[in-house]
Formats: sequence, C-alpha cells, structure tokens
Amino acid sequence: MSHTTMDEFATRALPDAADVAAAPAPGYWKSVGQRLSRDPVTIAVTLVLIGILFITLGAPLVSGGDPYTGNVLARLKPIGTPGHWLGTDETGRDLWTRLCYGGRLSLLAAMLPVTISLLVGGFLGILAGYAGGLVGTLIMRTMDVFYAFPSILLAIAICGMLGNGLTNSILALAVVFIPPMVRVSETVTTQARHLDFVEAARASGTTTLQIIRYHVLANVLGPIMVYATSLISVSIILSAGLSFLGLGVTPPRAEWGLMLNSLRQAIYVQPYVAALPGLMIFITSMCFNLMSDGVRGAMDVRLNK
Amino acid sequence: MSASVALDRRDRGGPAQPLLHVDHLTKYFPIRGGLLNRTIATVQAVDDVSFSVRKGETLGIVGESGCGKSTTARLLMRLVEPDAGSIVFDGDQVGSPGGISVNEMRRQMQMVFQDSYSSLNPRMTMAESIAYAPRMHGLAHKEAYDRAESLLAQVGLNPRQYARRYPHELSGGQRQRVNIARALALEPRLVILDEAVAALDKSVEAQVLNLLAELKEKFNLTYLFISHDLNVVEYMSDRVMVMYLGRVVETGPVEDIYRHPRHPYTRALFASKPTLDPDRRTTEMPLTGDPPNPINPPSGCRFRTRCAFAEAVCAEKAPALAAPLDGDFDEALPHLVACHLPEAQRATRGPHA
Repeated sequence: MSHTTMDEFATRALPDAADVAAAPAPGYWKSVGQRLSRDPVTIAVTLVLIGILFITLGAPLVSGGDPYTGNVLARLKPIGTPGHWLGTDETGRDLWTRLCYGGRLSLLAAMLPVTISLLVGGFLGILAGYAGGLVGTLIMRTMDVFYAFPSILLAIAICGMLGNGLTNSILALAVVFIPPMVRVSETVTTQARHLDFVEAARASGTTTLQIIRYHVLANVLGPIMVYATSLISVSIILSAGLSFLGLGVTPPRAEWGLMLNSLRQAIYVQPYVAALPGLMIFITSMCFNLMSDGVRGAMDVRLNK
Repeated sequence: MSASVALDRRDRGGPAQPLLHVDHLTKYFPIRGGLLNRTIATVQAVDDVSFSVRKGETLGIVGESGCGKSTTARLLMRLVEPDAGSIVFDGDQVGSPGGISVNEMRRQMQMVFQDSYSSLNPRMTMAESIAYAPRMHGLAHKEAYDRAESLLAQVGLNPRQYARRYPHELSGGQRQRVNIARALALEPRLVILDEAVAALDKSVEAQVLNLLAELKEKFNLTYLFISHDLNVVEYMSDRVMVMYLGRVVETGPVEDIYRHPRHPYTRALFASKPTLDPDRRTTEMPLTGDPPNPINPPSGCRFRTRCAFAEAVCAEKAPALAAPLDGDFDEALPHLVACHLPEAQRATRGPHA
C-alpha cells in the first residue's frame, strides 16, 4: 500500500491526481504521535510524570520503609541525613517514604474527580451540544448556576457540607469540575455538529447514535481529553488544598497537601524539608499542564498543514 | 434525456412521472432575540417554491447568493424542516402516511456539498467515508469497502493509492471526487449538487463536470444542479430554474431561457455574465446594488425595487408563474415566467437605455 508502482502512474487517468504520488501519510493519531515525539518539553514532562507514577505506585519497593512508623528521637532531620536522605518529618517519619506513599492519595484524589467529571460532564456536554434546543439550554443554564461560585469556595462548601474525608473531597472536586467540562464539550460538539460532514451523514439517513459515534465523538474526544488533562493540574492543587485545610484526607495518612500542612510549623527549623511536599505538588501539577499543552499543540495539525 | 432512461428497478410511476415534485415549499427562518427569546423577525429564505424534476434530466437552479438555492437543497434533503409544502418522490409523498419516510427518501436522494474539505470527516480515510453510509444501512464490512473502492475507481481515483488517505492529504478536486463517490455509495437516483464545483479551479472544475456527466449516464442519475455560475449551468442542465429572493422567477428548457430570457431579472443576470466576444457585447443594464433584505422583502413582485419596468401592479400583487404573455407555449417543456408586464417580458433592453 505504501509504494507506487509505475503501473499505477500509467493507469491513473487524471492529471489533477498526479501531484500526490507519494506514499500515503500516516493516520491522524499516528501523526500526532510523531509530532509529540519531536517535542522535547512534552517528552521531558512525560518522563517526569512516569517517574512520579513509578515511585508512588512502587512505593514499598522504592522507599523500603513504613510511612507510619517514626522515630521520635530523629525528628526533623535535615536533607541528607544518613538513612533519611530527604530528612524526617515532625514525628520522625522518613520523608522520602511518606512522599512516595503520599503521592498515591494525592494522585488518586486529583485524577478521580477529573475522570468522573470527564464522564459525566463529557456526556452532558455532548448531549447539550448535539441536541441543542431546550435540552441544551436546560443543561447549560443549570451549569451556569455553578459558575456563580469560585471553584475553591465551592469545593470547600461541598466538603464542609459532606464532612471531611477522601471520598467527600473527591466528590466535591468532581462537582466543581463538571460545569467547565460540560461547557468545553458543549462548545466543541456544537462546532462539530454544524460541519458539512455531519450534515452529509444526516443526509445519508443514518441514525443519530451512529452519527455521534462515528462522526462527532472522533472529532470531539481529542479536545475534551486535552482539557481534562489540563484540569488534572488544577485538581492536584485543589485536592491538596482541601487536605491542607483539613477537609480531605485525615492524619496520619500520607498525602502531599496534608504533609504540607503538618510540616508548616517546622518551616523555621527545616525550611527545605517542609517545602518538599509543596515541591512535589508543584512539579506534578506543572508537568500535567505542560503535557496537555504539548498534546494540544500536536493535535492542532489541520491549520498549519 | 428523459426518454433514454432505462427503467430503474425502484421506478414506480414510469418515465412520465416526475422523479421529484415539489409543491409550495416554504421556509421562514425565525430571528430570535430579546429577553424571552421571542421571534422578532423572519427571513423568508424560500417562499412558495414549486417545481418538478423529470427522470434522467438535470435541472439547474441559478440565482445570486442568498436567493434560497442552498436552502431549497437542504429542505429537499430534510436537513432543515420546511414550514409548509410537500415533496413527492416518484409519486410517494415524503414523510406522510402512505408515502415514504424521510430516511427512505434519503437513500434515493443524495447531496454533494460545496466545501469539499468540511464535508469529509477529517478522522476518516476516504474508504471509510464512502463505506460509512452503506455499512450503517446494513451492508457487510467487506462489501461496503469493496463498493467504496470500486466507487473511488469510478470517480477517477486509484483505490490502491487513495482509499487509505485522509482528507487533508488530497487536493480540492480529489476531495470533491470522493464526495461524489460518497453520495453515490447508497445508489441514489437523484443527486443534488449544491455548488459542487464552485470552489474548484477552472481546469479541475471542467474535469469534475465531465465526470458528473459520465456518472449520470452510467448510473442513470437525475441531477439537481445548483450553481451561481451561468456558464456551468448552461453546460450541465436540460432545464433551468431562476430564483430571486426565495422565489422562482422563471423556469424552462435551457436553450429557451438562455436564448430568450423573459424575466427582467433573468436578463439582468445574463447581462452580468462576462463575455470576451465583442459581437456578444452586452447591451442590457447590469444589476446594481444588493438584493433587498429577505427579512423585509418588497411587497408584490420581489424584483420590482431593482426592475426598470416596475409599475404599480408590481407592488400590489406577487406575479404567479405562468406562460409568457406573448404566446408560444410548449405543453411538454413549458417555459414559465413570473412577471405581470408584457413589455418587460418582451424587451431586450431597459426602456431608458
């Protein structure tokens, strides 16, 4: 399929076909992959994220310690202490071990709300965008109500209402992220719905579900996923913020936001150690942000091709 | 032409029955605004349009931009719901009990859009785009792709080379060929070509027009050819319908209309057609200004505000389509014109020219 024989040149009837004799270019996603593989920033941040995922998921192997047992005699040791290369926290627990384990909850509490909002918000948004009319207006105006509150206040309010705990903070963040998710999905779907190929599909007498499945979703999921990825970075900060405020994960469990809170009293004694959970939050959030930027850029091919 | 058409197995009324008969088709688009989203005005996009398309012919629809040509096409495909009027496809009323459903009609009537790029799904290969409709209508995967490849070959694109390409890898002419193949994938009887060649280069346009003529022969197609390009319409059509501001002003056989245009608008339209032949230099006044706003069209005859002949009667009532006032009326291929005034129909130039 990829080479052109002389026969094909000879049998081709039309002159206007002659200019595209080269091998067929790869498919859309393949070309996105190619562009991504040439983007050093995206590769770097993806590697960092894989590293973070590795140390959190493989926490028992990587750290070798127990995040909950501390030595009261070895409290607040500085970075570089033998046996505790990132120091210890205020109850003498190894900070490296706690950072590794803490990432599990931090990432879970950040990604799960985004996933939930992606499913719920994406569904509602595509429905609103494709159906339009009364259904669309109803969904979008309901979402507008949530926009009246700043996201962090809304999250705090919901958490305060439901009580603290991991599940409730995940739920609260999901509720916060659904409206923007709906809005983005609605916008891209509305744009896609008015393109001629969707009209052509309607004109071919296929059902609405078939049109959505084959024509709308394929052109809409990309931008929605990119947006969801960029939400993860916000979500990491918000969920850590909730824990920091004592509304999310409860002690003694390890979680970056909570660790930041409990270490903040030690900021004059061991400022570098106290800053480490914050640094992890910062790095992870930034990497997700840069990654989504990279993917967005790589997916935007039609205009500059 | 109509007489030479071999009988299609789906044919119902025989060659004499029009393939498509449109009666009093009307679409007013509401313009909403204000706090309560009330209708504050309507655009009279298509107003009381009636015509029929015979089996095997090409009916050309011409007119300026905004005259309702494309809306008519969309109404026929039911991409837009008409406000009033009926569509009868080969004797069967579309979308009414006892007739055929909209979806059945869509399998026999397909459309090629003007924008070759946006009418192809950027995430689908050419073969996928063409095979999509047959597959959704229950054709097996293998057969649908076989059909797609054979259609690609029929429109002059080597399937081995083009079947797996994506729209952005093709030129405009090639994409429009794919769009034509896609429209043919359901084996339609009527194809609506909505400005299908308008966006192409002149050389490519000629190739695509020849391809369309060839496919028409091969598949016994009937065309509804919508264009603003008078030369192209003359080349393609058997009959022509001239539209102005959502209404039909003149209709008839192509030679008749092009040789003896009766409606002042049709003549003005032809006068605006550029020619390089000094012997055919135009003497007719060209049209000036834009067409009136379709939100608030002129009363009576909609052309009267730009017509050199307009009289009081033109503002009072809208002229109906009728035989020209100076006689010769051919029952079989009628030439009809919507104009009150005999002198306006007869004149070859404006009264003050």
